[in-house]
Amino acid sequence: MDFIKEADVVVVGGGVVGCAILRELSKYDVKCVLLEKEPDVACGTTKANSAILHAGFDAPTGSNKAIMNVLGNRLYHQLEDELDLDIKWTGSLVVATNDEEVETLKELLERGKNNGVPDLAILNREEVLAKEPNLTTAVAALWAPTAGVCWPFEAALRFAQCAMQNGAEVIRNCRVTGFVKEDGKIIAVETNLGVIKTKCVVNAAGVYADEIAHLAGDDSFKIHPRKGEYILFDKTVCNDLVYGVVFPTPAKNSKGILVCTTTHGNTFIGPNANDMDDKEDTSVTAPGMDQIIASARKLIPNLPMGAAITEFAGLRAVSDNGDFVLGASCVEGLFNAAGMQSPGLTAAPAVAEEIAEAVAKYLPMNKKADFKAALPKQVHFTRLTDSEKADLIAKEPLFGRVICRCETVTEGEIVAAIKAPCGATTVDAVKRRTRAGMGRCQGGFCGPRVTQILARELGISVADVLKERKDSHLYYEKTDVKGGQE
Amino acid sequence: MKELKDLYDIVIVGGGPAGLSAAYSAWQNGAKSVLVIERDRELGGILQQCIHNGFGLHHFKEELTGPGYAHRCIELVKDKSEIECLTDTMVLSVEKDKTVVAVSPDHGLIKVKGKTVILTMGCRERTRGAIRIPGERPAGVFTAGAAQRMVNMEGYIPGHKIVILGSGDIGLIMARRMSLEGCKVQAVLEICPFSNGLTRNIVQCLNDYNIPLYLSHTIVKIHGKDRVNGITVAKVDEKMRPIPGTEFDIDCDTVLLSVGLIPENELSRGLDLKMHPLTNGPVVDQHRQTSLPGFYAAGNVVHVHDLVDFVSEEAEIAGKFAALEAQGKLDGNTKFVTVTAEKGVRTCVPQCLNLPEAGEQVRLFMRVANPERKVKLVVKSGDNVILQRMLPVAKPSEMIAVDIPAAKTELIGSSLTVFLDKEA
Amino acid sequence: MSETRVMNCIMCPMGCEMTVTIDDGKVVDVKGNTCPRGAKYAHDEVTAPKRMLTTTVRVEGGMLPLLPVVSETVLPKEKVLDCAAYLRGVTVKAPVKTGDVIVEDILGLGVNIIASRDML
Repeated sequence: MDFIKEADVVVVGGGVVGCAILRELSKYDVKCVLLEKEPDVACGTTKANSAILHAGFDAPTGSNKAIMNVLGNRLYHQLEDELDLDIKWTGSLVVATNDEEVETLKELLERGKNNGVPDLAILNREEVLAKEPNLTTAVAALWAPTAGVCWPFEAALRFAQCAMQNGAEVIRNCRVTGFVKEDGKIIAVETNLGVIKTKCVVNAAGVYADEIAHLAGDDSFKIHPRKGEYILFDKTVCNDLVYGVVFPTPAKNSKGILVCTTTHGNTFIGPNANDMDDKEDTSVTAPGMDQIIASARKLIPNLPMGAAITEFAGLRAVSDNGDFVLGASCVEGLFNAAGMQSPGLTAAPAVAEEIAEAVAKYLPMNKKADFKAALPKQVHFTRLTDSEKADLIAKEPLFGRVICRCETVTEGEIVAAIKAPCGATTVDAVKRRTRAGMGRCQGGFCGPRVTQILARELGISVADVLKERKDSHLYYEKTDVKGGQE
Repeated sequence: MKELKDLYDIVIVGGGPAGLSAAYSAWQNGAKSVLVIERDRELGGILQQCIHNGFGLHHFKEELTGPGYAHRCIELVKDKSEIECLTDTMVLSVEKDKTVVAVSPDHGLIKVKGKTVILTMGCRERTRGAIRIPGERPAGVFTAGAAQRMVNMEGYIPGHKIVILGSGDIGLIMARRMSLEGCKVQAVLEICPFSNGLTRNIVQCLNDYNIPLYLSHTIVKIHGKDRVNGITVAKVDEKMRPIPGTEFDIDCDTVLLSVGLIPENELSRGLDLKMHPLTNGPVVDQHRQTSLPGFYAAGNVVHVHDLVDFVSEEAEIAGKFAALEAQGKLDGNTKFVTVTAEKGVRTCVPQCLNLPEAGEQVRLFMRVANPERKVKLVVKSGDNVILQRMLPVAKPSEMIAVDIPAAKTELIGSSLTVFLDKEA
Repeated sequence: MSETRVMNCIMCPMGCEMTVTIDDGKVVDVKGNTCPRGAKYAHDEVTAPKRMLTTTVRVEGGMLPLLPVVSETVLPKEKVLDCAAYLRGVTVKAPVKTGDVIVEDILGLGVNIIASRDML
């Protein structure tokens, strides 16, 4: 058999879980490769979720979710600095609007203590209003100071870049089509690009994790996509909304429709929860948006709907037993990190440690002495002082050209995002890395310019630049007419 | 590279028609140093991509294309030692002490101060997110202006089968433009029961090309995972809610949005200028001075205009009075008057007056809330009718201008109201 | 047999609504126009409709890849799309000055196509 590549471990799926696992594996003396079917990492569940680093009081005590959540939350405090992540440790509130809901808060408090969540407290109405003056309907709230918000795409990318800095490889546009087994043991992965030899496989394929497991012969679990829709608000109205993370008292299927700040200072409302059949349907719906607005109004009666700048939807990967599916599969050489719905983002670094330890026992493999944990700091032009800005432009003139006016993103930052390891190759990839196009004009001004910069830097035609996925062309050559002929 | 001064008579933020007209007028009125800061690679603003004609009939007394109009404006400021223009330069912030902070690849970080500042940043387009169109988020959904730039300046088309949402002028102009590029324009959809564009554009941009205009219709779903491959459309009721059962599909690969313009006021908000909730621009007096003394604003940053000719006119006022203030020639002894739009008049600019004792001719620009026929426009102060005028037709898409003669301004008390008398 | 037609003038943004009386294929009366251009437009529109054309041609060696152009005067309405298609195939070399003739006598219609901006 001809192999295009040989590895010790292949990670399937470049979401935040797969990327965190890749980073953890890159601490060991093995060759690891991550395969992502889309043109960019973190294009699935990771790019469209609530972005919350949960404290950990929701999940049933003793579940994978509970254990990994509390551990993961702690790990992010360390990773924040190492990987230069944008995290705001805002704390979270679960708001009760009547006495019945206060009883639920007490249950959550108890469960949280059992799960090992530190510093939980129930606040009275005055204390809630002191933190969040717009929560005029609150009677009490559960306060979890260890919760925060992050930028999940950035976390995934920085995990991947850290892994690459330590010798791991990320292959994008690479779809797994099958596995080669010998004596029941996985020995290679078949992809659209060719066959990759490997000693084992980690399945972090998000909503497709059950299908990947099935290809390897593991039918022990199913993944159901559960859609959540969101509405994002302009930064200018954030003071009319909330400063942190605000949940209603939880419903059966989800933590409820929340009102929440983002790490970049926007505010969103959402998500609802609808079980789907289609693993690709991330469309937003009129009834869904009506539902989100109506629910959010129970927390914040005066929602400034005129300041909405975008709506989007994401799919959660829900396993049939409701918990994370973690560890060695029934198929030899396959490890699952599946069913990573909320709090999957928070749990990712803890899950990564758990999976790496399991893989280490299987291979075996040993930790490297020279693992480089810290990544170089990212340049955020807007956050620099005036003299830092002046120095940077003097050195690199492209930092003096603002491409995205809403978010003040410079051409220098865009070019850096394209040239970085696991660099941007599409307009949406630039947006996620730099925020160009994420502001109130949603790329109306900078979209064409970003397209042209991508074409220039990638050495391709403007007509070949993609928005996101493989057929998402943005512009076309003008209809050809022979030169000056009638 | 030009050596910049530390202090200018006037610093103008934005080098579109408003900024350039303000600069020229300031120069005519004695300003000795004017700096125009433009973020694009050349002066002229959005006009450079508006290659169609129909501009300039009022202001230059001839019909010009957008680039033609821009060219005239640029000629006015060219080769004048008192006027400097920076291009490829983005203003990051304006401080209350009139320090303007900007960056450019050539000049690096710039800090200049004006004795006065004129804000002429123009406007931007409303987006899909602002109007919450359900469906997927594929490639192929553009604001009409973004598509216009690609088609008219960069040499690419946004797709081949086009639907345009919104019948404002940009939408109509783009319908014709795409037809001329050999694309098929399937339909123009308008959620209102009337078009928001000029009648001439309905005739020459839609009727000429047999493009159907669906009034009281909107998009209820965008289809396509990677690239748009169709839309579902529905009729809307009088509250603009889609009516179930009226849905139908239109085959298309591109959706262009022409769903309104919003004045670009990030810098104004940074200055805490008093803003008007309906114009989305700063509140100004008849000289286009904002709520912060020494700061002026003109053009689409104040209120979205129907014609660039009026942008120039308004900017010339701002340029003149900013220049007079910079030279210490403005009389501070004025009477303050609030101007309020009521009953049928949606907005009126200026929103206040600072009238000198001698009186002063004042021009009011208004937009009506709904299309009207045969109504009387009334300007009143207390019980004094200052002015009234019969309007055979009034449309929300068209600005109405009326002049109050200087002699009449002495009848004005502390407030002025403008409204429509529909009984007339 | 005379008929009346209601049409909007497109000569300027005012878009005057005009009532046009046509007798035997000829305009005999125009009401509602505010200037003589309206009457002229009504006559043309009834007998031989005409339109301005604005579009772009490719330009080599300029600061932009496209040059906006405009017909020097109105063209027969039914020829506008043909002219636009023709111009899609035209490429000129920079520099170009505003008003330079880009295509002389386009499609033999007796109208020149001229540059509507400078292109350095």
